Amino acid sequence: MIPTIKNSKWLPLCDVPVLDPSSWRQVIVQNVREGDRIAALFGCTHNASVPVRLYALLARDGQGTLSVLCTDVEKDYPSLTPECPQAHWFEREIFEQWNIIPQGHQWLKPIRFHAPYASSTKTSPPIGEADFFQLLGNEIHEVAVGPVHAGVIEPGHFRFQCHGEDVYHLEISLGYQHRAIEHSLIGGPNKRTLPYMETLAGDTTVGHTTAYCQLVESLAGCTVSSPLLRLRAIALECERLANHIGDLGALAGDVGFLPTASFCGRIRGDFLNLTAELCGSRLGRGFIRPGGVAFELDTSAFHGICERLTSVSHDARSAIDLLWNTASVVARFENTGTLSQAAARDLGLVGLAARASGVKIDVRKDFPCGAYADEPFPVQWGEKGDVYSRAYLRWLEILQSIHFIIDKQERFVPNAVQTQIGNLQPSSLAVSLVEGWRGEICHVGLTDDQGKFAHYKIIDPSFHNWFGLAMAMRNQLISDFPLCNKSFNLSYCGHDL
Amino acid sequence: MISLSFAVTFVSSLAVAPLYLSIINKTKAFFAGRQGPPLLQPYIDIWKLLNKGAVYSKTTTSILFVSPVIGLGCLIIATAFLPVGRTPSIFAFDGDFIVLAYLFALMRFFFIIAALDTGSSFEGMGASREAYFATLTEVAFILGLAAMAKKTGTLCLSGMLTQISGEMWKQSGGILALTASSLFIVLLSECARIPIDDPNTHLELTMIHEVMVLDHSGPDFALIHYLSCLKFWIIGSVLVRMVLPATVHSAWLDQAMVFAAVAGIAVAVGLIESSMARLKLNTVPQLLVGASTLSALALLLGLR
Repeated sequence: MIPTIKNSKWLPLCDVPVLDPSSWRQVIVQNVREGDRIAALFGCTHNASVPVRLYALLARDGQGTLSVLCTDVEKDYPSLTPECPQAHWFEREIFEQWNIIPQGHQWLKPIRFHAPYASSTKTSPPIGEADFFQLLGNEIHEVAVGPVHAGVIEPGHFRFQCHGEDVYHLEISLGYQHRAIEHSLIGGPNKRTLPYMETLAGDTTVGHTTAYCQLVESLAGCTVSSPLLRLRAIALECERLANHIGDLGALAGDVGFLPTASFCGRIRGDFLNLTAELCGSRLGRGFIRPGGVAFELDTSAFHGICERLTSVSHDARSAIDLLWNTASVVARFENTGTLSQAAARDLGLVGLAARASGVKIDVRKDFPCGAYADEPFPVQWGEKGDVYSRAYLRWLEILQSIHFIIDKQERFVPNAVQTQIGNLQPSSLAVSLVEGWRGEICHVGLTDDQGKFAHYKIIDPSFHNWFGLAMAMRNQLISDFPLCNKSFNLSYCGHDL
Repeated sequence: MISLSFAVTFVSSLAVAPLYLSIINKTKAFFAGRQGPPLLQPYIDIWKLLNKGAVYSKTTTSILFVSPVIGLGCLIIATAFLPVGRTPSIFAFDGDFIVLAYLFALMRFFFIIAALDTGSSFEGMGASREAYFATLTEVAFILGLAAMAKKTGTLCLSGMLTQISGEMWKQSGGILALTASSLFIVLLSECARIPIDDPNTHLELTMIHEVMVLDHSGPDFALIHYLSCLKFWIIGSVLVRMVLPATVHSAWLDQAMVFAAVAGIAVAVGLIESSMARLKLNTVPQLLVGASTLSALALLLGLR
């Protein structure tokens, strides 16, 4: 029997069943066939007697349960990817980190180009130098973009196989931002842990910090008072608002539609300033803390925030409505970069990109935690999975977030008590899921017998979704790549860690 | 007297051409709620670039260096074919409108081979887009001018442009309107403006004209900046003389009116850029073929 836990709960490591590799594989394949999603799949060595233990965390969205199972492997194991494509990126990660070969994986190459964790060589392969999928033919040409880009964005390499203007295949090579964060977290929590969490992906500070706090709070067995949980949720929604409006502006800019692009730049600043009202940082740094939040908010300040939110939302509406009412913009957005629901499901996409393709998953609804557990959260979704769906869904989520924050006005209680965080439960495993603005943020923490982190696994939504972008680009015009890329707007450093 | 007014107009056209870019940018800034760059910004940019050194990649040959200079030569000659006020240019001859089209083509040819010379995949892509779209734009341009030649009964650009009057608009406004609409699309395409190209984008995968000149720097790049301004002036003033038949019978005032009216076209371009998105790359040919159709229709109506 596979044990299941809820979001932000822990279980003793000895309760996690250790299966043999083939039955471990069979259980995962079977559960995924029944509708589970692989939320995490990683290796670690916290026990000296086993070379590498592979953990799988399966999320059953409808029921809000997470099942954990593991297996011990030495050199190789039968790959999950052929029957379960969503495992492909995880298995490449396991191969890179532990030198364990998933036998039968069709495209095994590094994803971050760092030296293996457990190996005698300890040398990292030259970054970006690997075989790329190639198309052959007289009129085929290859376009390489990056890692240095023309705009002020993060580094990543894109390799297109094109026939004229049409893209047949895109391969994305990342790893340029790798900072070995997961490795640095081992032995924590310590003074450095929180700053690491806040800078995992600079645009998802609140999301990742909330995920971390939920995790340590569950391991420490502390309950955070509900007014503080509401403040956390408000900060998370403010982060979503600022990023979504910024993305809509950038999408308008990419098709050369100036009015919305210009207005959204300013409106994004207004939303960021709301976060600054909460904690003094526009990016939400220094706000979420284990046991509560670092700054309290009095009632009049919160009413002020709500008033400003209402007036900014009027500006946002007039700027964004222009997008849907301009035929030339809609023509560019529609039927561009379409990702089918089946592909989104098979690839295990999460968050906004998955919902735009009609996969109705949302951590706020499926694994409610904190303020989201107060009442059922209505999930929004799109249908076609094209750029238009992803853009329009952003707008729906903006409206929803504004409503969510303003709705909190009635039950607002100031000056709640912060909880002190105690020692973490030793030899345990805890899971924390948060719906960041990109999608599901998953943190898994394993503690040693001292209650310190033996292993800490972070899965940014970008980790699941980068391959979705590659699939969406098939049979598209290469000149539409920036538009498709922006419609996903994935994180490089969140992936590279 | 004629040669004096020609010389003054010729020199002042070359001097004010970058100002129109400023007018477009100011219009866009106004609609975006911004102040926009100062009016003299294009001049400042060109001056700044002229004072910089140029960087040449080792893979390039003298083609890269020569192409902007040839382009400048082409456009200066083209400017000389434009009439002054209502007086024909002193360089006018029968068939010079064909030369005008070929001067544009010659400049483009050198830009394209300079882009291919760099061996960059982006520039190759840009060159192929430029060649494809230019082929379609040229048809619209030449057919449009042919329609004008038929209507005015002269084969000389100066002749065509100085004969259009209010009377002609009354008699055959349809032909003139069709040609003018077609030429406006030609202007947008040739000057790499929205909806065909986006002059502001920094995304090399989506660029057409801009991506071809990525390897040019310093004085070469200054020339390219200047050339795109001059091209706007040339096509803009041809278009203006078609839609603005009024004349005050003074060469100076007529010419001043043309300068002012091209500014109106710059505002129109700015308005378009503030109100619509760029076309998807594979629908651009449809717009350009549409422009050719308008020109062809004008020609057919004229043959009737």
